[in-house]
Amino acid sequence: MENILSILVFFPAVAGLLGFVVAKESARAYGITVAAIEFLLSLWLWFSFDMSDAGMQFVEMIPLIPDMGISYYLGADGISLFIIIMTTLMTLIGMASMGETKNIKNMIITLLFLEMTMVGVFVALDAIIFYLFWELSLVPMLYIIGAWGGPLRVYASIKFFLYTFAGSLIMLVGMLFVAYIYHNLTGVWSFAITDWYALVLPVDYQLWLFAAFFIGFAIKVPMFPFHTWIPYAHGQAPTIGSVILAAVLLKMGTYGFVRFSLPMFPDAAVMAITPIAVLSLIMVVYTAMIAYAQKDMKQVIAYSSVSHMGIIMLGLFAMNAEGLSGSVFQMLSHGIVSGALFMLVGMIYERRHTKLLSEFGGLAAVMPKFAVIFGVMLMASVGLPLTIGFVGEFLVLLGFYQVSPVMTIIAGTSIILGAVYMLRVMKLAFFGPLDNEENKKLTDLNKRETWSLIPLVAIVIWLGVYPKPVLGPIDNSVNALLTFMDEKAITQEAKDLIIVAKSAKEVK
Amino acid sequence: MLEPINVSLESLNLITLAPMLIAIAGALIILIIDLLNDKLDKSLYVMLTILVLFVDFFTVLALNVNERGFFDVMLIDGISIISQLMIIGGSMIFIPLALTSKRFHEFSYPEFFALFLFMIAGFQFMVASDNLILIFVGLETASLSLYTLIALHNRANSYEAAVKYFTMGALAAGFFAMGSAVVYALTGSVELYKVAEVLATRMNETGLMIAIFGSSVLLLVAFAFKLSLFPFHTWAPDVYEGASAPLAGYMSVVPKIAAFVVSIRIFGMYIDLGVEWIQWTILIIAVITMTLANIMALVQNDVKRMLAYSSISHAGFIMAALALDTTEGNTSIFLYYALFMFTNLGAFAMLWISRHKKRRFNVHHDHPYEKFSGFVQIMPMGAVVMALFMLSLAGVPPFSVFWGKIYVMQAAVNAGYLELAIIMGLNSAIAAYYYLKLVVYMFLKDPVKDVETIYYNLSKPLMVVIGLATVATVGAIFYVQPLLSYLYYMISASGY
Repeated sequence: MENILSILVFFPAVAGLLGFVVAKESARAYGITVAAIEFLLSLWLWFSFDMSDAGMQFVEMIPLIPDMGISYYLGADGISLFIIIMTTLMTLIGMASMGETKNIKNMIITLLFLEMTMVGVFVALDAIIFYLFWELSLVPMLYIIGAWGGPLRVYASIKFFLYTFAGSLIMLVGMLFVAYIYHNLTGVWSFAITDWYALVLPVDYQLWLFAAFFIGFAIKVPMFPFHTWIPYAHGQAPTIGSVILAAVLLKMGTYGFVRFSLPMFPDAAVMAITPIAVLSLIMVVYTAMIAYAQKDMKQVIAYSSVSHMGIIMLGLFAMNAEGLSGSVFQMLSHGIVSGALFMLVGMIYERRHTKLLSEFGGLAAVMPKFAVIFGVMLMASVGLPLTIGFVGEFLVLLGFYQVSPVMTIIAGTSIILGAVYMLRVMKLAFFGPLDNEENKKLTDLNKRETWSLIPLVAIVIWLGVYPKPVLGPIDNSVNALLTFMDEKAITQEAKDLIIVAKSAKEVK
Repeated sequence: MLEPINVSLESLNLITLAPMLIAIAGALIILIIDLLNDKLDKSLYVMLTILVLFVDFFTVLALNVNERGFFDVMLIDGISIISQLMIIGGSMIFIPLALTSKRFHEFSYPEFFALFLFMIAGFQFMVASDNLILIFVGLETASLSLYTLIALHNRANSYEAAVKYFTMGALAAGFFAMGSAVVYALTGSVELYKVAEVLATRMNETGLMIAIFGSSVLLLVAFAFKLSLFPFHTWAPDVYEGASAPLAGYMSVVPKIAAFVVSIRIFGMYIDLGVEWIQWTILIIAVITMTLANIMALVQNDVKRMLAYSSISHAGFIMAALALDTTEGNTSIFLYYALFMFTNLGAFAMLWISRHKKRRFNVHHDHPYEKFSGFVQIMPMGAVVMALFMLSLAGVPPFSVFWGKIYVMQAAVNAGYLELAIIMGLNSAIAAYYYLKLVVYMFLKDPVKDVETIYYNLSKPLMVVIGLATVATVGAIFYVQPLLSYLYYMISASGY
């Protein structure tokens, strides 16, 4: 199947359209089935993926607006492959575990459209198609937060939309400028990212363009000064909204850095290492401290999620294979772990209709299964060895150590700080006396909830113990990316800093 | 004794007049039919109008590019053909909106349709000539008909709107006449191509700049009125509010296309002559227009007024493209309007279906935001369609206006105005807020229960029009390429 990527993108959309016909009572089953098929399709993508090929695979290209150089251009490499699988997996599990009952049909249809845009972002190889899916993904999310969210939902959803929209418009101007330069040099209009890779830009252009793209991506990540929308979004969003937001939407930002900023502007990226590393460290440490101070369980998870995004950013700008692969791996692990944590918080919220830590205590006695799964996810979030969180975090720190040991040590505190605030949640919620009457009546996870979480637990442990099947292809593509950046860089400084790992054959 | 003047019929090239004559003949036919039998239903007149426009459309299509005719006052070049096509096309989607399920006063008069066709003929004259006098005649024919069409809506504030528009229009006409007079005094001609020739030879004369300044400021003011550019935009929201919703949507597109064509001819000429400050003035006006109108739109309580300000802001966008004076810039004007036309008319048509005789929601406004709260629960399809229009206007891909926006921005970048592109981007971000506000009302709030449902006027023809607009909005990605290459070809063929 050569056009599997198109199928992956449009299958959920078609299913969403058809979903309007499905009766309300059957909507959930319909949604889960569609999401499961989509997940199987993405697994098929994995199996038919050529692991030894570091370049783009399953490429499809249809010119759409040749006069403007816009074409429908899709492809996947080792970096996007697993993010796609993670996207389909988290959509499936999020849908399966969803406790929402209000307007369930609208929710299912919205989620399916959202899935289309998310997959679209990760497979697009044309800047305008990328932008198209990127912007389009805001709309379903706006609806999810705004229609199913908490009391401040309208404010939160508009803030989310406008913040991202404003940032991405600046990015759009950047894209147009790159296309303009490309046209000046070659006489052809093209928005294909692979064409743009071939451009060698002067350093000052690179810096400006890097800044333009940075604004678009940094708001999405969200980087430190632009992060103010996320506490509202997470605070007000329904469980499924938070799960998708943390697991997938935030990854769009970091993925954008990998796909655009690094290969297109290698010199600017090298110059930006220190400022971005500083911002990332602020993210890591500052938001971890805020997380500690939260009274609301969901806000703790939200801030911890931002804090871990800092680690991902740090890894991206380590400019070596360990850091970058670790960072991409960390995207996956962050997606699974924070997604699972948001689901868990959602489950307890459904039972008690509160997320305040002070309301809980001693839950482990009445909800043992819940406590165990929460504990596993918590360990993974902190980065305990043999869990998925450890692999990425360790690789990132290892990679960045080659850039700056001091900063790496500061970043390493994230593990300690993470342990501090997460264990605080554990202590306050699960241990101690079970003195709240209402908590005594709580029921443990039901079948649906258990079975939607168990796959995640299995993945957390499996990839924690044996990450190679995933790390291998990522490594391949990352090495290709670094080699490419190293060749393309024009300043000596950048060439020195971008460290290309010797290929496996040379080592042997 | 005077020599008899011999003019051969071939040299008149009368085919160039055919499209306008068809519209005028159509109007006369409608009047005659009314004379013979005055009990006929509006649906007959609507269909007749569409048929006349249909013939008109294909007559325009059959014209050859770059021809002159009728004593060389008619100029059929690429932009005059595409603008005529757009004017007729826009009118064809507008006129079925008269077929509402509720009766409205103005459409019961056949004169409405006759005036409408006269107006179209006026616009066609305006765009198909480079003779300042004929442009003036066309402008006035069209404007006078339009004032009457607005007043026919038979509401206190429609009269106010018509009078306001008339006063402002008269002032603008005065400015236009004075500006043309100065041009004539300078060059001894009112034909723009001769004006350009004369000016080109005299550009190095001292003192000429002052005269050019005088003429172009007067003309700029005249067109700033017509295009509702800052600081001459203040009439627009009131007039749009007073006019019926579809007519407001129509006014925000079709008359502006005509005015833009004349602006391209006049100001494009000045910019080509190297009068740099005109370019800067237009750019500054454009930037202020888009920004200020956006900020004003943020604080509106009425959807129609919001859309009025939004269309001013869009006009500012396009005015900036005009100042670029590149083929791409000029193409983007037409591409933008071709895409904007469907979306905007669709949005106004959605207001039209919710028009009540009485103001049920708010004493001051016909279409306050509250009217649309919970729209999705009352009429899910309608809410989705309206949301699509709003997202398209906000510039969310892949809907139609996005492609216009990106092309304008690309033209700005290519012409070296990167700052302009960034300002446009930021403005789109501001604009997203007020479009989103309506979406939020429709989807995220509960309906105001104690009032009647809002799809009051809906009828099959309206559904067809709205459906067409929706398809054009959503499927833009598939027809942008042929449209763009056609427009680009026509514009570069006429040398702009």
